[in-house]
Amino acid sequence: MYFVSRKCAVVRIYQVRLQDLQQPAVSSKVFIQRDYSSGTICKFQTKFPSELESRIDKQQFEETIQTLNNLYAEAEKLGGKSYLEGCLACLTAYTIFLCMETHYEKVLKKIARYIKDQNEKIYAPRGLLLTDPIERGLRVVEITIFEDRSIGSGR
Amino acid sequence: MVMKSIKFSQFSTPAAATEGAEPSSCPGQRSRTARRKWQVFPGRNRFYCNGRIMMARQTGVFYLTLVLILLTSGLFFTFDCPFLASNLTPAIPVVGGVLFFFVMGMLFRASFSDPGVLPRATPDEAADLERQIDSSGCSRPPPRTREVLINGQTVKLKYCFTCKIFRPPRASHCSLCDNCVERFDHHCPWVGNCVGRRNYRFFYLFIVSLSFFTIFIFAFVITHVILRSNRTGFLSALKDSPVVVCFFSVWSIVGLSGFHTYLISSNQTTNEDIKGSWSTKRSKDNYNPYSYGNILTNCCAALCGPLPPSLIDRRGLIRSDTPQTTSQSNGTSGKTNSSNLCSLSQCDQDQCLQSTKFVLQAAATPLLHSDPVVLAPLPGKTTTLGGPCAYLAPTQQSLPSCGGDVLTMRDAAADSHCHHHLHHHHHHHHHHLVSPEETPCTTPQGALPCPAHLHLHPQPHPPVPSPATLYDPASQDALHEDSVRGLVKLSSV
Repeated sequence: MYFVSRKCAVVRIYQVRLQDLQQPAVSSKVFIQRDYSSGTICKFQTKFPSELESRIDKQQFEETIQTLNNLYAEAEKLGGKSYLEGCLACLTAYTIFLCMETHYEKVLKKIARYIKDQNEKIYAPRGLLLTDPIERGLRVVEITIFEDRSIGSGR
Repeated sequence: MVMKSIKFSQFSTPAAATEGAEPSSCPGQRSRTARRKWQVFPGRNRFYCNGRIMMARQTGVFYLTLVLILLTSGLFFTFDCPFLASNLTPAIPVVGGVLFFFVMGMLFRASFSDPGVLPRATPDEAADLERQIDSSGCSRPPPRTREVLINGQTVKLKYCFTCKIFRPPRASHCSLCDNCVERFDHHCPWVGNCVGRRNYRFFYLFIVSLSFFTIFIFAFVITHVILRSNRTGFLSALKDSPVVVCFFSVWSIVGLSGFHTYLISSNQTTNEDIKGSWSTKRSKDNYNPYSYGNILTNCCAALCGPLPPSLIDRRGLIRSDTPQTTSQSNGTSGKTNSSNLCSLSQCDQDQCLQSTKFVLQAAATPLLHSDPVVLAPLPGKTTTLGGPCAYLAPTQQSLPSCGGDVLTMRDAAADSHCHHHLHHHHHHHHHHLVSPEETPCTTPQGALPCPAHLHLHPQPHPPVPSPATLYDPASQDALHEDSVRGLVKLSSV
């Protein structure tokens, strides 16, 4: 009985797999590296990777990356507001961050919303997926390229 | 046991099978506490309070620091303050108290927070970088370095072999903690942690406030002694002890504060200063490209600038489809939808095909053989309670490394969290009969356990005693019927 049940499981795997193969499969990933030419601030290269040439136009891609760069610059900006927050935090021995979140964290949430929005509107219809850089330690923007469904299902 | 319940639950809902198996969503499962990412962190750090506190491995000197500070303050407050409060002003103990709490607060903040550890690269990233390095071919600059122009200065970025990334400028790999740390200053044993981008200001405020505190104590202890000796002319040894400690520490701590004040004002790290990276002795037009130009801006930037969040998500739950091996990625939020779509990776399909082939081979033997299947773990490896698979697969084929690789089993009790299960044993191997409780397995996607674990042993074994949680007999019958149909389909392929 035990053996037969295992067999059932195996058969089910095969059936499930056939279904899965009809869903989009990952064909490759492109990594947009960091651009350190302005120092240690978080900035990504806007060079258009060749693997995306057939999927999305250059303008669109550059606009996305540029917006991301601007958002990160906003997070790390040194200005009156950030100084005020820093001084206040220092005076309260940094206990203030138990109640409120830092400016950086607020901007990161904004970035997450932006990426989700971009994925829904622009990238998913083209079979692409942007991964939030924070999930990769702010090292890369990972773009997953899914196989084109029109080519056919399965490998 | 656990594996079976996951399998069955996901067979019934193939849609759910594509999502990462959240432990809580599996019905009939023994409650298994989901593992947090700090438990599988690859660096040599110690975590306390369920991942909230992060320190280096050697914390002995940190405890010494604590003891010294507490002892000195304790003696001061006990023996000197009553006299000073009554004879001079009660503001003295108050100020002393404020300083003491500030010092302790900054010390804990510096010691317990993430200094700015860079998570290691995911296998995909590492592979991509390797490809780029190999294809670059030219020897200038050497393949594992990159040169960047920052503010007119050429900076070399080195490749870290442990973390498999090109280190950002000013980052360095701490050999004690085995992590790459952003804006690495130094590894401070007194604080029991690295000092990097995220905790440099706490470290600096700690040493500055500690210098004020020690000077404060020193001064008032001397005052106390002088006042006492004026009145009573008696100097007890008890009152001397804080003086002695303070005397030596004042100079070293004040000196250190002065040094770090200089570093902050010129926006350098201890690492860079010691190496003389931006010293004019190297070349005439060598300057620090990170400096903002004036001292005030440099100080404000270091102390009051925005505090970046931790790049390693210590307390996030491990999702079965999160890339694990060399990196603990993620920042603020641990869960996004995007990883669901990536659940089918190339290697997963490979695995599927291989396992399917194995199944077909297995199906060639009589279907209704009543011998129970022996699930054989690797000999010698014990299993952990509550779930994680104890299998370490000696893969005979070279599988492409994918998200959800095998984590090395350092010890059975700790991070045995097995993702890959391709398990090809020969029939001659001796297998122990293992109860199904000990062999839970989940694949990275959580959807499909590896059917390669099926192993037909020629010698019949006594049936496995199945605990109540194992199988629902009713579902077995239904599945039995389906399996017959399924296998007919299989054979027709």
